[in-house]
Amino acid sequence: MTDTPAPRHIPDRLDRPLSSAIFSWETLLVVIAVLIFAVNSFASPYFLDPWSLSDLTFNFTEKGLIALAMALLIISGEIDLSVAAIVALASTMMGMAVQAGAGTPVLVAIGIAVGLGCGAFNGLLVTRLGLPSIVVTIGTMSLFRGIAFIILGDQAYKGYPESFAFFGQGYVWWVFSFELALFLVAALIYWFVLHRTSFGRRVFAIGNNPVACQFSGVRVDRIKFTLFCLTGLMSGIASVLITSRLGSTRPSIAQGYELEAITMVVLGGVSILGGAGSILGVVLAAFIMGLVTFGLGLLNVPGIVMSIFIGLLLIIVIALPIVWRRLRVGRFA
Amino acid sequence: MKHLLKYREIWLLAGIVVLIGLISTRFPGFADPANLRQVFNDTSILMILALGQMVIILTRSIDLSMASNLCFTGMVVAMLNAAHPAIPIPALIVIALLVGLVLGAINGFLVWRLNIPSIVVTLGTLTIYRGATFVVSGGAWVNADQMSPDFINFQRTVLLGLPVLSWIAIAVIALFFLVMTRTALGRSIYAIGVNPTASVYAGIDVGRTKFIVFCISGMVGGLAGYLWISRYVIASVEVANGYELNIIAACVIGGISIAGGIGSVGGAVLGALFLGIISNALPVINISPFWQMAISGSAIILAVVLNARGERRQGRIILRKAEAA
Repeated sequence: MTDTPAPRHIPDRLDRPLSSAIFSWETLLVVIAVLIFAVNSFASPYFLDPWSLSDLTFNFTEKGLIALAMALLIISGEIDLSVAAIVALASTMMGMAVQAGAGTPVLVAIGIAVGLGCGAFNGLLVTRLGLPSIVVTIGTMSLFRGIAFIILGDQAYKGYPESFAFFGQGYVWWVFSFELALFLVAALIYWFVLHRTSFGRRVFAIGNNPVACQFSGVRVDRIKFTLFCLTGLMSGIASVLITSRLGSTRPSIAQGYELEAITMVVLGGVSILGGAGSILGVVLAAFIMGLVTFGLGLLNVPGIVMSIFIGLLLIIVIALPIVWRRLRVGRFA
Repeated sequence: MKHLLKYREIWLLAGIVVLIGLISTRFPGFADPANLRQVFNDTSILMILALGQMVIILTRSIDLSMASNLCFTGMVVAMLNAAHPAIPIPALIVIALLVGLVLGAINGFLVWRLNIPSIVVTLGTLTIYRGATFVVSGGAWVNADQMSPDFINFQRTVLLGLPVLSWIAIAVIALFFLVMTRTALGRSIYAIGVNPTASVYAGIDVGRTKFIVFCISGMVGGLAGYLWISRYVIASVEVANGYELNIIAACVIGGISIAGGIGSVGGAVLGALFLGIISNALPVINISPFWQMAISGSAIILAVVLNARGERRQGRIILRKAEAA
């Protein structure tokens, strides 16, 4: 949608809720973000403080990293429900490595490698055996977290080295945390890959019509496999960040993250049916979810009530353009 | 054709028998009828929920909000009971069904009228319903001592050798079996899953049927809400957290295809029983309960792999059956 209009321009979004650029999904998200931002700054005097805003980003960076890769996966018509379980398994493996006396570089390598391995396992099951990803990843979700439970039981791993704490607690410059910087850099990379490379075009094409892609010489299975690996990789990176931030590992770590990451992706305007979406939308959705959670937190709203707002936001933002279009069609038809 | 239709369920049944046999080698009392009755009773709620999820999955939809519905309805019923112990249990069950129906109808309405994919709708209502539980309860728990004795004991009353909970499960199974095999609604549900476009041409209102299946799963969730709360005698916001995926797992193990149109009442029941047997068996054969998650995960993956083979061969059951007739 950021492309310059050319005669043979093929839009990223075939079924755009609102065709006009002014009423694009991203604009809607920006408006919502600004509204929430404004309401928050009026509602709480503590909101408009650089350090408050910096703390706010910790609410979404880890899930946001996963959501970036998940967006590509969903655009290609697949889904991965095992991401939070991958985080738990990678964290458990890092915990084991700590007990064996591993240093920070080894820990990071293990976390990322476990994530990549789990993603590849999902990808193999889906592409080699031709299984539906939603079911496969419900299975691997139990399997991965189950392994973490077998290893850890009701115990916890602690004693991560001090240098390891930087990833989840360190700051790159002033109030900009390492997590936020990593998220923004990753968002740029994913934006470039999805919207500026032939790989990205193929991801969209697969989501719209995998059979036609196959006949057009696109290696559909290989690309899907790559996307599953990427999602695993991002989950591994997220696991390093979360483990570093919390400084401990329990098998229940990151419980429910998969649904939050998917909520971000869908809120960001990615079609759950595949074939449409943008990285900008996902990044905006991540910020919105962070803003809502943090703003309500400052007002002492319990976390469970915030989830109502997130759920309502998800449904309303999806339903709004549909209702609006219906009304418009009804009036002019 | 009949043999082919029952193929998958028979294999699953055989798998369950082998599983029970294996467990018996380590714990002889497991295959005892009294113990198997106990396992059935323990699995009743999961079986009921899996049937509700089955009709949803058959129409190519998914309901992620069932566990939250269960939690909300359970809390409403428990609070009603705590505040007005005089309300008879049958009335409470009707209330649970109605509350569940409303929650299911909200899902169904959004799917039907606004055409939002069911996974998105129920992902939203999953968090909304659980959050609503917190709002109505104020975060407080309803404990056993606040519930009336009738509320707790109703499902434990033994009738003809089985607790009422088991009888409720049997009744629900029978009802679903009748609806799925003997009514136009049941056939429409299968038809939509196999081919939605052809269903429209055949005169089936796809949207309305989806609305109805969401109402069904909502009522099932509501019923399970009362049963769950009175079984575990505690109502809190955390009740059945994450259980929606267990329900789907039971369906998948039972051979219900996530692509819609393939699956049976027997499959859903056996899939739930399979999970129930594993969770009951692990403690008695001295395997740490922490193994349960990984085992059911492996079972799901195995089931999908096996089912995918079967589906390729016997895809469009309804059409072939119609041709044969």
